[in-house]
Amino acid sequence: MLKDITLGQYYQTESVLHRLDPRVKLVGTIVYIISLFLVNNVWGYLVAALFLAAMIKLSNVPFKFMVKGMRAILFLLLLTVVFNIFLTPGEALITVWKLTITKEGIRLAIMMAIRLSFLIIGSSVMTLTTTPNNLTDGMEKLMASLRKIKVPVHEIAMMMSIALRFIPILMEETDKIMKAQIARGADFESGNIMKKAKALVPLLVPLFISAFRRANDLAMAMEARCYRGGDGRTKMKPLIYKKADRIGYGVLIIYLIVCLSIGKIAELAMGIILGIMMVAA
Amino acid sequence: MGIIKAVNLAFEYIRRDEEGNVEGITRAVDGVNLDIKEGDFVAILGHNGSGKSTLAKHLNALLYPTEGTVFVDGKDVKQPENVWDVRQTAGMVFQNPDNQIIGQVVEEDVGFGPENLGVPTKEIWERVEESLKAVGMYEYRKHSPNKLSGGQKQRVSIAGVIAMHPKCIIFDEPTAMLDPNGRKEVIRAARALNQVEGITIILITHYMEEVIYADKVYVMDEGKVVLQGDPKAVFSQVERLRELRLDVPQVTELAYELKKGGLPLSDGILTMDELVAELKQLKQG
Repeated sequence: MLKDITLGQYYQTESVLHRLDPRVKLVGTIVYIISLFLVNNVWGYLVAALFLAAMIKLSNVPFKFMVKGMRAILFLLLLTVVFNIFLTPGEALITVWKLTITKEGIRLAIMMAIRLSFLIIGSSVMTLTTTPNNLTDGMEKLMASLRKIKVPVHEIAMMMSIALRFIPILMEETDKIMKAQIARGADFESGNIMKKAKALVPLLVPLFISAFRRANDLAMAMEARCYRGGDGRTKMKPLIYKKADRIGYGVLIIYLIVCLSIGKIAELAMGIILGIMMVAA
Repeated sequence: MGIIKAVNLAFEYIRRDEEGNVEGITRAVDGVNLDIKEGDFVAILGHNGSGKSTLAKHLNALLYPTEGTVFVDGKDVKQPENVWDVRQTAGMVFQNPDNQIIGQVVEEDVGFGPENLGVPTKEIWERVEESLKAVGMYEYRKHSPNKLSGGQKQRVSIAGVIAMHPKCIIFDEPTAMLDPNGRKEVIRAARALNQVEGITIILITHYMEEVIYADKVYVMDEGKVVLQGDPKAVFSQVERLRELRLDVPQVTELAYELKKGGLPLSDGILTMDELVAELKQLKQG
């Protein structure tokens, strides 16, 4: 059962977004999230929604996979909405006992709900179309300049990819130890939370010991294969920007400009239309 | 001088108690002399704790000798500047297949060694392809290592070593965690590398059946080499091997018992075919 857990929720299919350089997708996600928090009018949200819809369409990933990510934060979302509705000061609409629902509160609650759900869906578009490995590679390359201020970028990326490689192995091991302990009469199911937590000790101790032993073995195997950190290393799959990636960055810039200025443009357009109507009248 | 030459090699493990005081010293390798010719298939035998794995780790500079030294392709492992050359010349395949695969995709793992050596990207791909083909794992290049069998994982590890273009590969009990089929796969791959590519193989094992094709066998006990010679010479000393807590191959044991029972068979019969031939001759004669 434990073996079925997939990590990074990558969805294998063929699409433009899958083929895009991970750096473009990372930057894109960050830009998108920033845009969500800068926008403060309906038109901007409309543009953000359209952009997101277009990306989902391009990714070829069924929409239900995106919504899956939402389930995890549903509680957080509800909490945010409730707090915003009741705790924002402003023009009161309804007052029940000590709680006041304000006009501003409703506005803010809706805005936060939209922001959060777009944020989650937006980032799952990235994780669904990029393999964890690719993602680490992208991060390593994007943060390469941080090496100058002594951030061990390569080491962090290597640790992340080794962790990803060993998660399924340790899962399997947990399963094995669990069965071995059950065979010796261990009980992981019954009792209250404290009891259950205590029952995990005979599971965690052997798991940790084994993990350390594996780490030791792996370090030796890596050294035997001449691993000596990031310096002087070449890449089997180097990240090189292609035409599609440049177009991707272009689309992002256009999106950011449109998204942030559409409020003003709409205002201006409305003003002009109003003006024309007034003149006509 | 051969590709690997150990001169009076010794290594001591120092056991310490919680305060860091020396509790005792174990001499895991004790005055070992080896001289391995390029292109040979050499086996090192010994029961658990005989020091054979410790010896193996000296051959590619993973452990630093306490006394004596090892020359790999003429380079002294005691000189720090030689470490990377030595590790590239003498690759190593370890016991646990899960704990030596770094990549999340088979081909990426095979590319790990060449990446570390700074090989240009295009050549890495060529090396990965040729290495995977050499061990018969090319069609699995896009697979995740987690989904492979033990024998297949070990073959991927071997490919990862070949991709670094070593002259010599040390197998440190590569089959200890495998089922009989996986064992056969790995030994077949090792022999093929020896015969087709001419790579020197040093096989450390306690499965006697894997040793019968070796050019030379070393038997270790308590850190010392106690027996050496070709497999025939070593396996003819059945009593001595039993003293060292080692078995002989089944066929050899059968021949030994038959001989003890009065049949005039020759010493150190290693394969079924040899035994059958000798028995036939006896019947005719």
